[in-house]
Amino acid sequence: MALATFDFEKPIVELEREISDLLSRENEPGISRKIKALEQKLEKTKIDIYSKLTPWQRVQVARHMARPHSLDYIQSIFTEWTEIHGDRCFADDMAVVTGFGNIGNQSVTVIGQQKGKDTKENLARNFGMMHPEGYRKAMRVMRIGERFNLPIIIFIDTPGAYPGIGAEERGQAEAIARNIRDMFTLSVPILIIIIGEGASGGALGIGVGDYILMMENAWYCVISPEGCASILWRDRAMAARSAEALKLTPPDLLKLGVIDEIVPEPLGGAHRDPVSSFQTVRSALEKRLQELVKIPGDVLIERRAQKYRKMGVFLENKPEK
Amino acid sequence: MTWFRKRKYTVLKPTEKKRVDIPDGLWHKCQQCLHILLARDYEKNLWVCPKCNFHDRVSGWDRIGITFDPESFIADEDILDPTDPLEFFDTMNYMDRLVSYQKKTGLKDAVITGIAKCGGYKVVAGVMEFNFAGGSMGSVVGEKITRAFERSLKERLPIVIICASGGARMQEGILSLMQMAKTSMAIARLNEAKIPYITVLTHPTTAGVMASYASLGDVIIAEPNALIGFAGPRVIQQTINQILPKGFQRSEFVRDHGFIDIVTNRKDLRNTMINLLSFFAPWAREKEEVSSQSQ
Ligand SMILES: [Zn+2]
Repeated sequence: MALATFDFEKPIVELEREISDLLSRENEPGISRKIKALEQKLEKTKIDIYSKLTPWQRVQVARHMARPHSLDYIQSIFTEWTEIHGDRCFADDMAVVTGFGNIGNQSVTVIGQQKGKDTKENLARNFGMMHPEGYRKAMRVMRIGERFNLPIIIFIDTPGAYPGIGAEERGQAEAIARNIRDMFTLSVPILIIIIGEGASGGALGIGVGDYILMMENAWYCVISPEGCASILWRDRAMAARSAEALKLTPPDLLKLGVIDEIVPEPLGGAHRDPVSSFQTVRSALEKRLQELVKIPGDVLIERRAQKYRKMGVFLENKPEK
Repeated sequence: MTWFRKRKYTVLKPTEKKRVDIPDGLWHKCQQCLHILLARDYEKNLWVCPKCNFHDRVSGWDRIGITFDPESFIADEDILDPTDPLEFFDTMNYMDRLVSYQKKTGLKDAVITGIAKCGGYKVVAGVMEFNFAGGSMGSVVGEKITRAFERSLKERLPIVIICASGGARMQEGILSLMQMAKTSMAIARLNEAKIPYITVLTHPTTAGVMASYASLGDVIIAEPNALIGFAGPRVIQQTINQILPKGFQRSEFVRDHGFIDIVTNRKDLRNTMINLLSFFAPWAREKEEVSSQSQ
């Protein structure tokens, strides 16, 4: 099945079609030279288009249905993956998966916000939008990880915490606030990777860590571009403009000191070559993990506090003494 | 109901007309029940309608005046200025917006912090100003709140934060989100040091502020009928496409679902706070007496 494509990918799609047409007539004289020329042109066009993605285009790539989701990464990176369920309080929130596995020789706790591959799965996974029980489930599992000295690796991919009646009745705000606070008390390494969408408190509710990695075509912001557009411009159609204003791309966030590393993706996005994406992510995680496991727990807690203590931009006029 | 309103309107009409002859602002009309009373009496009643108990919005400074012991509040030096790290533009640029809020409120940003006494208990205090950008939290609000927590930790004083906020400030993007983490981190340290933190939620307290320090008080008090929640009611309505239950996301509803400890009328708020301080921080009172004796 062909991957769904975006409008801005049209030139690429056309070239790819031309090439595949030619490939079917491969035995004709001179065809292979033509194919080669077109392939070079395709490569150049891809670089041209993908290296100049606007923030809004990047948001769209981050949401591509075929993009690898948390479980895709988890199942290919961690051996002995063992999923556990539920918050021991209310329910099992399927919008987040939690469990344990091994990466190399290291046993770890793994948490990931999970979107679906199709509408049916998306309904079960609530499009990766967690309820309070999801945040509580995640914290329960993080606490188990801490007790048994397992570093925590978290995959972020959510369009937001779910805005619904039950979510409010069960304390969505409290669940997120408590997680944010308690993640500052965990004495094991916490490694965060934003693989797709990092929308607001929904992401931060499992997003406090020692290192924040972010994939090249992911976004992370205080609000979705559509949400911002509908509030500031009173028009969701202004999302492209608000995506630009919000500075939500990885290079912007690196500059603002909010993330630590951009994990490169295959040309055109992780969905165009999932296997190589898994490898890149795996090695990025392993590298950071090797560094973090050497740090004593109390030092980790202090470092984490200092990391977030510095966040924010303002002018300070020191009073003269 | 319609009849009642109509009747009320006709009865009140002469009074409204009378306003033309009297100085502006002498009368106040309740926005909920349309009851009319002298503005002076309204103020004396702490901006609460005596007829329907509607709790009106109170400016940060007025809030300080009605909450803490007279003359006891000492504001922190106002040394932090907001800036425009994203060079944010929407229909207006962010810097211009800031200047207009600053003119409107006389504040540099949406929170006043300082030290105060409440029934003789010395506390660190933070009071949010809803009139400044809807009390939204950007870098300055996050920093001032964090410094207040840090002062409370350093001086071992209980802390009270009175919230009124629509959430994180969009125009500072991700940096606003990070203030949720920064403030919550400071609370983790406070909790570990066993220093009491009382949160007061006023109308409205939602989104990023509710999903960070507003939800993390040892005791959470709310004024009646305040809007309290994570997502805005309009967003929820649009998402689920059904009518929201009566009283949804209001103080009493949130209390009944287990997320607010006490709903109290404004006139009783101070006493509630003093009681709690007497349970959790008797030392905050003694400390003050000792130091004043030694002077
Ligand atoms: Zn009234």
